[in-house]
Amino acid sequence: MTFVLFAEQVLNGVQLGVMLFLMASGLTLVFGVMGLINLAHGSLYMVGAFAAAGVAAATGSFLLALCAALAAAAAAGAIVEMLVIRRLYARDHLDQVLATFALILIFSEGTRWVFGSFPLYLNVPAYLAGPVTLPGGIQYPLYRLFLIVVGLAIAGGLYLMIARTRLGIQIRAGEADREMIAALGVDISRLYTIVFALGAALAGLAGALVGTIQSVQVGMGEPVLILAFVVIVIGGIGSIKGALVGALLVGLTDTLGGVLLPRIFATFMDNSGATSAGSAVASMLIYLLMAAVLFLRPRGLFGGAA
Amino acid sequence: MKSKLIAAAASALTLCSGTLGTAALAGAHMSDVKVGMITTLSGGGAGLGIDVRDGFMLAVKLADTGHIEVVIEDDQRKPDIAVQLADKMIQSEKVDLLTGIIWSNLAMAVVPSATAQGKFYLSPNAGPSALAGKGCHKNYFNVAWQNDNMHEAAGAYANSAGYKNSFILAPNYPAGHDSLTGYKRHYTGALAGELFTQLGQKDYAAELAQIRASGADSVFFFLPGGMGISFLKQYADSGIDLPVIGPAFSFDQGILQAVGDAALGVMNTSQWNKDIDNAANKTFVEAFQAEYGRLPSLYASQGYDTANLLISAMAKADIHDQDAFRAALEEADFESVRGDFAFAPNHHPIQDIYVREVIKEGDVYTNKIIGVALEDHQDVYGADCKM
Repeated sequence: MTFVLFAEQVLNGVQLGVMLFLMASGLTLVFGVMGLINLAHGSLYMVGAFAAAGVAAATGSFLLALCAALAAAAAAGAIVEMLVIRRLYARDHLDQVLATFALILIFSEGTRWVFGSFPLYLNVPAYLAGPVTLPGGIQYPLYRLFLIVVGLAIAGGLYLMIARTRLGIQIRAGEADREMIAALGVDISRLYTIVFALGAALAGLAGALVGTIQSVQVGMGEPVLILAFVVIVIGGIGSIKGALVGALLVGLTDTLGGVLLPRIFATFMDNSGATSAGSAVASMLIYLLMAAVLFLRPRGLFGGAA
Repeated sequence: MKSKLIAAAASALTLCSGTLGTAALAGAHMSDVKVGMITTLSGGGAGLGIDVRDGFMLAVKLADTGHIEVVIEDDQRKPDIAVQLADKMIQSEKVDLLTGIIWSNLAMAVVPSATAQGKFYLSPNAGPSALAGKGCHKNYFNVAWQNDNMHEAAGAYANSAGYKNSFILAPNYPAGHDSLTGYKRHYTGALAGELFTQLGQKDYAAELAQIRASGADSVFFFLPGGMGISFLKQYADSGIDLPVIGPAFSFDQGILQAVGDAALGVMNTSQWNKDIDNAANKTFVEAFQAEYGRLPSLYASQGYDTANLLISAMAKADIHDQDAFRAALEEADFESVRGDFAFAPNHHPIQDIYVREVIKEGDVYTNKIIGVALEDHQDVYGADCKM
């Protein structure tokens, strides 16, 4: 394998990682602050993508489409939090899983009802289309570089928000001790709505950004949701830093594993068998990684004490 | 007994009347058939089931026999649900015939048990190799294709287009393996690379990098549904400029609009297209657009043909006389929208497979036939079929 190909694959891994981070950060915040398992997070990803596709089709503007994705997902998140999720904080995780699973079904069929069963069109705008040549002769799609930049910028922004702002202090305090910050006069239910909407907006943005190069269709959120759960388990539940590190680890492991394993298998098997076996093992790699992390650090890489 | 007599008399009359309007005459004496349709109407992949259903119901409506009752249920693309629905339809709904399943894994879960319980099954889409070969059954008919057919045709087209070094990829599941095997069965050139991707994978950056580095002169891929949309968009954005070939599934009417310009010019293989020049197809395309306000897809054409096959057999025999009805199905005496259509001894189609090119008509992306890849093509598994 040449250096150019390897470098390109590393970029691909990073790009997958930062997009996973957008999903995982919301999920981990909601779990960390509210102690809620939200299976419907993937639906908010889908809502963002559909909102973006709808607005892009109507206006032709990619930027407006991204804004619409943020707004629609945040609004959907806030509404869901106020109508449904709020009633679940005091319940155990099984009830939360059941209720948010029901939300997945409602969102999926609702989206089908509004947009129909056929995938929607959403494509890269002309100014971000096509490949660019990076130093070292690597040809790489400009849009994927854009995803990496946006993802890292949001990671930085989230870090600053949590470390430096009043809202961040409240979120950190909420993670540490819910009753105490309520006693200190913070409007806890408003804080929960804000955190949930923030997580939803990030998921919606990820849906729009990724939907642009993938397909915008009902059910697009669930496969990503599974990966996002793996990410937060590896990173440590509730930790934004853990979500970033976990996302990059999962992204790189998944991408490089898928490329390298078939080649390794090909050294002692015939090509057809090696690609088949290699890709089968590669698809297990992130779960093996998760198992290894859990074995060595049961609370994840950056998980705090209970 | 009495109804059988009438049916026999009707078929005798039909035989005698020869060129006289057979359908109309027999229609008056047609016996009732209750059809159980199990198809995918929700979740990812619902577009396919909806098209099969709409095509089927359009044919039922146009024929207007008044003797077909259709029970439609959604399998949610889940084998366990499909099995439950089949049991319910056979045991409590007492259907005479089942149809509708889109996915091969669901077909494998439902078809053998339905046919073993003495029901007919007409497949409007899935054609797993097991059911064409060792697992064939006298009451199972496939009206679409055997799974390998379109991939074989793609391999044949690659030869005629002069490709010598293809990069091929498909998802790592049985139909994906069949696909690459099918392509290689007819393709005579070398392989620049062969990849299995994960089922449901949406990001192909790693695969595209390998294609770029492989020195291939063409790319063959089988990635149905959303996977194909993602792949083509990313392919167009990657700057790789190699010709692409694939089976029709990734270039069908339902998903082309979501792929957009990225699909233009791609060659794909199919047994049907809306521009096939025959009266049945013309009627179908016009009626479908008038009824549903969209262009019909490959799947809609298969649903439509399935219903017309059923109606043709109903005109000749009573479904409760299974041997006569089976013989009537085997004749395939209906006007297929794809032109010539016949059943091989294993009850799978013998048909032409065409090469289509993705074009843009006004604002709509669609396909145009540019040639025939394989004439009167039949699957290779029939030899293993002992009915």
